[in-house]
This record gives sequence, structure tokens and C-alpha cells, in this order.
Amino acid sequence: MMSSFLLRHSTALLLPTLFFLGVFFCIPLLLMLGVSIATRGLYGGIEWTLTFENYLRLADPLYWNIYGRSLLLAGATAVVSLLAGFPLAYVIARSSQKVQTILLLLVMIPFWTNFLVRTYAWIFLLRTEGLLNSLLIHLGLIDVPFDLLYNNSAVFIGLVYGYMPFMILPLYVAIERISPSLEEAALDLYANSWSVFWHVIMPLAKPGIVAGFVLVFIPSVGAFITPHLLGGGQSMMLGTLIQHEFLVVRDWPFGSAISFLLMSLVLLVGIPLFRGKKIFGES
Amino acid sequence: MNHSHKWLAGLSAGTLLFLYGPIVIILVFSFNDSKIAAVWEGGTLFWYKQLAENHSLWLATSNSLIVGGVSTLVSLGLGIGAAVVLERVRVLGQPLLEGILLLPLVIPEVMLGVALLLFFVMIDWPLGLGTVIIGHCVFNLPLVIMVIRARLHRIDPVWEAAARDLGATPWQAFVHVTFPLLRPAILGAGLMAFTLSLDDFVVTFFTTGPGATTLPLQVFSMMRTGITPEINALSAILVSVSMLLIGVSLACQRK
Repeated sequence: MMSSFLLRHSTALLLPTLFFLGVFFCIPLLLMLGVSIATRGLYGGIEWTLTFENYLRLADPLYWNIYGRSLLLAGATAVVSLLAGFPLAYVIARSSQKVQTILLLLVMIPFWTNFLVRTYAWIFLLRTEGLLNSLLIHLGLIDVPFDLLYNNSAVFIGLVYGYMPFMILPLYVAIERISPSLEEAALDLYANSWSVFWHVIMPLAKPGIVAGFVLVFIPSVGAFITPHLLGGGQSMMLGTLIQHEFLVVRDWPFGSAISFLLMSLVLLVGIPLFRGKKIFGES
Repeated sequence: MNHSHKWLAGLSAGTLLFLYGPIVIILVFSFNDSKIAAVWEGGTLFWYKQLAENHSLWLATSNSLIVGGVSTLVSLGLGIGAAVVLERVRVLGQPLLEGILLLPLVIPEVMLGVALLLFFVMIDWPLGLGTVIIGHCVFNLPLVIMVIRARLHRIDPVWEAAARDLGATPWQAFVHVTFPLLRPAILGAGLMAFTLSLDDFVVTFFTTGPGATTLPLQVFSMMRTGITPEINALSAILVSVSMLLIGVSLACQRK
């Protein structure tokens, strides 16, 4: 009954959204795809001489360390988020309903707060005149401040800090589904805590681990703010390379080609997961 | 067993400390009575007063509110109807549509930013508040649709059918039955979109033009001229506002 009404009006209800995303999302992406096979003009503009040169340039060894750094940092971020997030996810999943709600809010809130400001917090802590160095000097532990900022470790810390909530939520969902009676049964059969974890919880929590890994890896590998602010010129990642090509070098065709390399990477890792079921839906 | 639980609780507390420590430190040091940001010299509200006298900051605040408000209203205006159709009717080409709706949330923000920049520059659309608002709608619209659909998914169509059986027109059934059940989700989605817009740096960074500085861009430009306690104060305000908004939003969606 409802659907007959909806059917009649569905086009009218859907069309504005389709139109908007078509014009301001699909067309820009397609345009970018076009630019990625165009040629850079003499003064940074675009000439429509079609070429695959930009994609061939992606293989230039000049960029290998940027690719390597992006993959390694994103992978390490996912692994460390898993290690640090698992205990918390487990504790949340095994808490009473009331405590669960509070803890989940505590995990989700930082994720939704200003990313730039949260990254700034690490600049405040890590820079040469920062809190950590001042503290160490004040305590007489060091005389000369450490260079803690503008390197791979700073970017790594920033990424873990920024994206760990993405790991905890799917882990929590997976662990909560594991009945505590399974753990009790294993303990009754003389398993110790470690083997309960390894042989009961881990295998059953695997979907959550995979989902969390993908959800942390994807934003990390394409991160822009974190490497831009905490890495400086020393620790470029794919996201900062794209910005560099667009705004500094003004080589839009090559910048577009890198963007599509990054997008392919993200979709390659993400599609198996996204095809399964919408993952943000549990909010 | 008890032993391992204590151990787990300790690790969890450590993780939460890691998530909140830096934010708390920024907050505390925004009250620091010292120009050198990293040494505690006693409490003051000086930096907040300094902020209040900063004219360009007020401009950035009003820009942020305009961008957040307009992009939220547009996203809700377009998104509510789309969400209802997508959740209740099987439409032609649904998988493609779902893909287009998911993609803006999945692709790296920097790519969305440069794609929009490319588009606006190539069609000679002047960069400014308008382009920033459009950019924010591109990520807010799919988000709003997702949140509202999640709620619709849990509302049994039977309620509406019952209203129809009792003689309500389809429109009345929607307005008096489905909509009230949907209202918390709409409010939650709106608050979430507003927060996301208020906090966005990357898409704004690429789509902004002269005179269209928002609060995160203001923080960014302040950071480039030097780390002062003023940035801590502004950061503290921004973090508190988004925490409040998102807390209310999550509470709305839970209902």
C-alpha cells in the first residue's frame, strides 16, 4: 500500500540526490579520470593530448619510498590498533548494558571530534619546544631536546591515535556475539586464559578483526592531515603527494593519476568488505 | 580469571588514556598563563579573551556556521526522501546507486578535495563559500541517507500499513506514523552532518576561496605562524562543541 504511493513518487524523491551527486561527485571524478590521461601544459594547465605517460610515471623509482611508507605505516597502524584495541573491545563487550553504552560513547566521541585539532595536540606534545621535551628537560633527564616531530614515528602515532576507534567498534560487535558460556566451557575443560583467547575468542572474532583492519587501513593509507602536519616534507605519503602535485608542482594530470592509484588500492582492500554489508550501519 | 580481568581492565584504561590524554592536555594548557605553551605557569582566561577580540576568528566562526547550517539543511532536504525510497522500494539500478552513495564515504578525502577543485576550476566556478558548501554536501548527503536508512530499517512497515487500513492517506500515514518514529534519527543525522562540516579540514582546504576561511582553516593558518596558547584555547572550544553535538547526536540515534 505504502509502496504504491512511494512507487509513484520515488523518482521525484530520488532524483534531487541523484542529480546532486551526479553533478558534484561523479562528474568531477570522471573529469579527473580524463585529466589523468591528458598532458600537462607548459604553465601548469592541461592540454588534451591523450597519453598514458602519467600512469607509466607512477612506476618511477622516485616514488617507491612514498608508496612503501604509505603501505607500511597504514599496515602498522592497523596492527597496533588491533593490539591496543582488542583488550578494550573485549572489556566493552563483556560489560553490563549500561557500562557498554558509556564506554562505546567514550570510544566514538574522539573519532567525531575535530581531526585537525586532535593532530595539533600531538604537535603540542612532540615538537622540540613541546610538552614532552620540556618535561624531560625539566626533570633533568635530557639536556638537548629530542627531534620527535616530522618523522615517520610521529605520523605513525598520529595515525593510530586518529583511526583506532575504527578498529574497536567492529571488534566489539564481533566479540559481543561470542557467548560467554563458550569461554566458561573452555575454562571448565582446563583451558587457561591464554588458550581461551587463542582457541575460542580469536577464531570467532575474526570477522571483526578483518573488518577493523580494513577500516583502519583505508583512511590511514590515504591520510592527508596526519602526514602533512606531523610528517612535514620528510615523511610524505600518498595523500600528501597528491596535494603536492596539485598545489605545489601544479602537475594536475600526474596528481590525478596518483589519485586513481590510491583509489584502486582503497577499493581493492575495501570491496570484499563493503560488498558483504554496510558497515557504518550499526550506529 | 580474576587476575586476567584486572590485566584487561588495565590495558583498556591505557587505551582510553591514549585516546583522551592529548585532548585533555590541550584543554588544560589553554588556561596556562604563559606565552611558552609547554610550561605551566598558573591559570588564566587571557587566551580566551584574546580569541574573543580576534576579528578574523569571528568571521571564520560565522563562515563555519553558514557552511555547516546550509550543508546540513541541503543534505537533510535531499536525503530524507532518498533514504525512504531506497529503504522501502526496490529501484532500477539499485546496486549502482548504493555504490555511488558509498563511494564518497570510502574514497580518501584528499581525492574528493582535488576532484572538486579540478571540477570547479575547469568550469570556471569561482571558489568561495558556495564551493565549500557543495563540497560538504557531497560527504554529508550520503552520511545522512545512511543514518536515516539504518533507522528506517528498524521501523516495521506494518505500522504504516495499519494507518492505511484505518483510512489514512499515504501522506498522512507517513507524516503521522513514520515521521515521528524517524524524527530522532533525522535530528541525529543532522547534528552529525553539522559536526562533520564544522570539523572538516581537507575538503574545505581544497574548495575554499578568498574570504571563505572556516574555523579549521583558521586553526591551520594560526599553526603556521607559530604555536601559541591561543590555538589551544580555540582547539579546546572546537573539541568541546563537537563532543557536545556528537554526544547528543549519538543519543538521538540510539532511541
